[in-house]
Amino acid sequence: MKLDAKIPAGPLAQKWDQHRFALKLINPANKRKHDIIVLGTGLAGASAAATLAELGYNVKAFCYQDSPRRAHSIAAQGGINAAKNYQNDGDSVYRLFYDTVKGGDFRAREANVYRLAQVSVNIIDQCVAQGVPFAREYGGLLANRSFGGAQVSRTFYARGQTGQQLLLGAYQALCRQVAAGKITLFPRTEMLDLVVVNGHARGIIARDLVTGAVTAHAGDAVVMATGGYSNVYYLSTNARGCNVTATWRAYKKGAAFANPCYTQIHPTCIPVSGEHQSKLTLMSESLRNDGRVWAPKKKGDTRAPGNIPEAERDYYLERKYPSFGNLAPRDISSRAAKEVCDEGRGVGPGGRGVNLDFAAAIQRLGEAAIRERYGNLFDMYEKITGENAYRTPMRIYPAVHYSMGGLWVDYNLMSTVPGLFVLGEANFSDHGANRLGASALMQGLADGYFILPYTIGDYLATAKQPPASTSQPEFQKAISEVTDTARRLLAINGKRSVNSFHKQLGSLLWEKCGMARDDKGLESALWEIPALRADFWKDVKVTGRGEELNQSLEYAGRVADFFEFAELLCLDARHRRESCGGHFRTEYQTPDGEARRDDENFAYVAAWEFAGPDKPPILNKEPLVYDDVHMSTRSYK
Amino acid sequence: MNLTLKVWRQRDARSQGHFVTYEAKNVLSDMSFLEMLDVVNEELTVRGEEPIAFDSDCREGICGTCSMVINGLAHGGHTGTTVCQLHMRHFHDGQTILIEPWRARPFPVLKDLITDRSAFDRIIQAGGFVSVNTGGAPDGNALPIPKTSAEQAMDAAACIGCGACVAACKNASAMLFVSAKVSHLATLPQGKAERERRVLNMVQTMDKEGFGNCTVTGSCEAVCPKEISLDFIAQMNREYGKAILRNSVPSKTKGGD
Repeated sequence: MKLDAKIPAGPLAQKWDQHRFALKLINPANKRKHDIIVLGTGLAGASAAATLAELGYNVKAFCYQDSPRRAHSIAAQGGINAAKNYQNDGDSVYRLFYDTVKGGDFRAREANVYRLAQVSVNIIDQCVAQGVPFAREYGGLLANRSFGGAQVSRTFYARGQTGQQLLLGAYQALCRQVAAGKITLFPRTEMLDLVVVNGHARGIIARDLVTGAVTAHAGDAVVMATGGYSNVYYLSTNARGCNVTATWRAYKKGAAFANPCYTQIHPTCIPVSGEHQSKLTLMSESLRNDGRVWAPKKKGDTRAPGNIPEAERDYYLERKYPSFGNLAPRDISSRAAKEVCDEGRGVGPGGRGVNLDFAAAIQRLGEAAIRERYGNLFDMYEKITGENAYRTPMRIYPAVHYSMGGLWVDYNLMSTVPGLFVLGEANFSDHGANRLGASALMQGLADGYFILPYTIGDYLATAKQPPASTSQPEFQKAISEVTDTARRLLAINGKRSVNSFHKQLGSLLWEKCGMARDDKGLESALWEIPALRADFWKDVKVTGRGEELNQSLEYAGRVADFFEFAELLCLDARHRRESCGGHFRTEYQTPDGEARRDDENFAYVAAWEFAGPDKPPILNKEPLVYDDVHMSTRSYK
Repeated sequence: MNLTLKVWRQRDARSQGHFVTYEAKNVLSDMSFLEMLDVVNEELTVRGEEPIAFDSDCREGICGTCSMVINGLAHGGHTGTTVCQLHMRHFHDGQTILIEPWRARPFPVLKDLITDRSAFDRIIQAGGFVSVNTGGAPDGNALPIPKTSAEQAMDAAACIGCGACVAACKNASAMLFVSAKVSHLATLPQGKAERERRVLNMVQTMDKEGFGNCTVTGSCEAVCPKEISLDFIAQMNREYGKAILRNSVPSKTKGGD
């Protein structure tokens, strides 16, 4: 496989402009002759579907949820970054670009990140025009807050529900195009295979989750915006339905999977409370603007937080990273919390937690100000834990949150399968080995509103493929494969539930390929996963029939794909013998416990290529070249 | 604690449904209501029985997917709480819990506790948006918006579209849902240009979908997990009244661009 990132020549700041001019156009009358399939209706999918339809293309939009408005982007709390410099604090496109590249530990593609920073400003304008109710100052202008990994205030927000409001903006734009007849919606429909004809992506196979009917859909291009794979860990902050199926099936049809080992563990989540827990809840990183993170200095200190005097508290982020303090990036904050708990200084049941304390902020600003900023988060915390965080510190612990890895795409967001475009969290391109807070919303909307709508036209204008039709043999073959898999799952009739297998896979991965990884653990995981997968295919119990609404069948299909994907995740983690961003190999650290990168040997994107069902995947490398930034050791001290 | 559950089971949209009784044993107080059902479903699966079908996704109270009536109250009846945020510490040992789907004609049951709420999407498609295409938007700060207006719009925009308001209403009225979107957009300058067209079209679609009338009992507000205020219904009624009056005079300009 040859990886051609198609990064335009020319100075960094002019690449996107020049590239846009070089892209071939399709005239308005011809756009309506093209059908485009969009998978997923989160920020990236909904914004892409709406924008493509506005341009005149015919769009078919698919989501597994009962309504496109429920995609998991809706749960993003804190905010969205943009280089507006409204605060006059020295922000600029270049600074946002630099912070993102540095935050990603110099493992992202320079040209993509610069473009992301450039279009960030348009996103805010677009969302305001749609009626997104961003927070405002008394003068009526937009308000900003700070986020981790940055020393400027560039994060726009709508209370603690920024993702919801941005998604509703995109969803409403999408609804407008449904009414205009340009988008056909397929809710409660799950993509189960990608159809490739003559080497080009020409359609999908999908299952209607209500009737169980498996149908083929043809199009001139397929846009995949199906999110990340954090749920491979079972417990994560993702929604229950989030899965790797779409990207994994695309991988098996020829799309390279890049950097799967780059997973983000978010530092501020509500700790695990019991073995029946079905998901973990995030407490927005924005809380670290006003909350101070600390643990007792003494091991095994079980006093109530209020009874521990100031002198016996360790504000470890402020101590270790004085210039960024509580706003150190996510990977660093997460590891610091783990370290404190590993030393036996954790708080709460099981000792897996640290304090996030608002006492100082409440004293400084008053409870009302804190309530206005974070009220819904404090309420959410109280519902889950039964504790009032205005009176006593929140207890937090890191949890799996986001996947920086994803399908490999070139500068046009096209995968290694021509005609298959990948947006948002589902691709790998912009966050390197660690994503900064408030950058996922920015990337999803940048891809969907401002990048894909240009680049897809160039593909359609130059690919010159004959019209796709579901009567082609490739579609029929894919339908029978999908139906067969469902039949096989239903026929096993074993003794264990899908959930029990998923939970076992998740805890194995968390232990061996979680916040800290080493060669020995990964080696054993690579033995254990195939064995557990074989057990799954022998002993899982899937009830009901294929021709009906069947939640256990849906779940079984997703977990079957997680089992295959988990192996690639560990393989990638094992091969990357360095620590960078969210990928921390204990063998590769500095004397003071920070990640030690190996730029000489690992400054590349690892793009894995499917070689066949029983063959090891092929590793392809895209070297990362930095022309504008100097690859330095990250320091937030 | 041990609980008795009476759960609505219904094979599909065409079948008759009925209540089935299950025992939930060793329920822990820090489990969420849905995690309690997960455990019941695990046991059913292992026994070879079909698990109870119910909708849920984010499990943190924001996606609006989860939807069930617990002991007669949508989402279980705790202030500002979705079912997924309801924890078992609010129940006691030996309690019998009745679990039903949303019951409203415009939300047909698809299976067990799962209903079809696509009528809400169709209402938004009728006008719940600002007609701007991507690109060409003015600078975000070009138009100052008073903080109070932005906050009020946000109060309305917080709606998660779960449908509890409809499930709680004796008339299956969707007024709280529709008024939240109408008010959100009518409060902001960006939404003002289309405010009349929007409210007329959305209300018309709401009626066409079969949602009932509002008699201001306030049961919707009481169960709304986002505490959307009845005031928005009043605001929508004013919007609607003004739009009807102004639009009863036929426009003289027709067509042609």
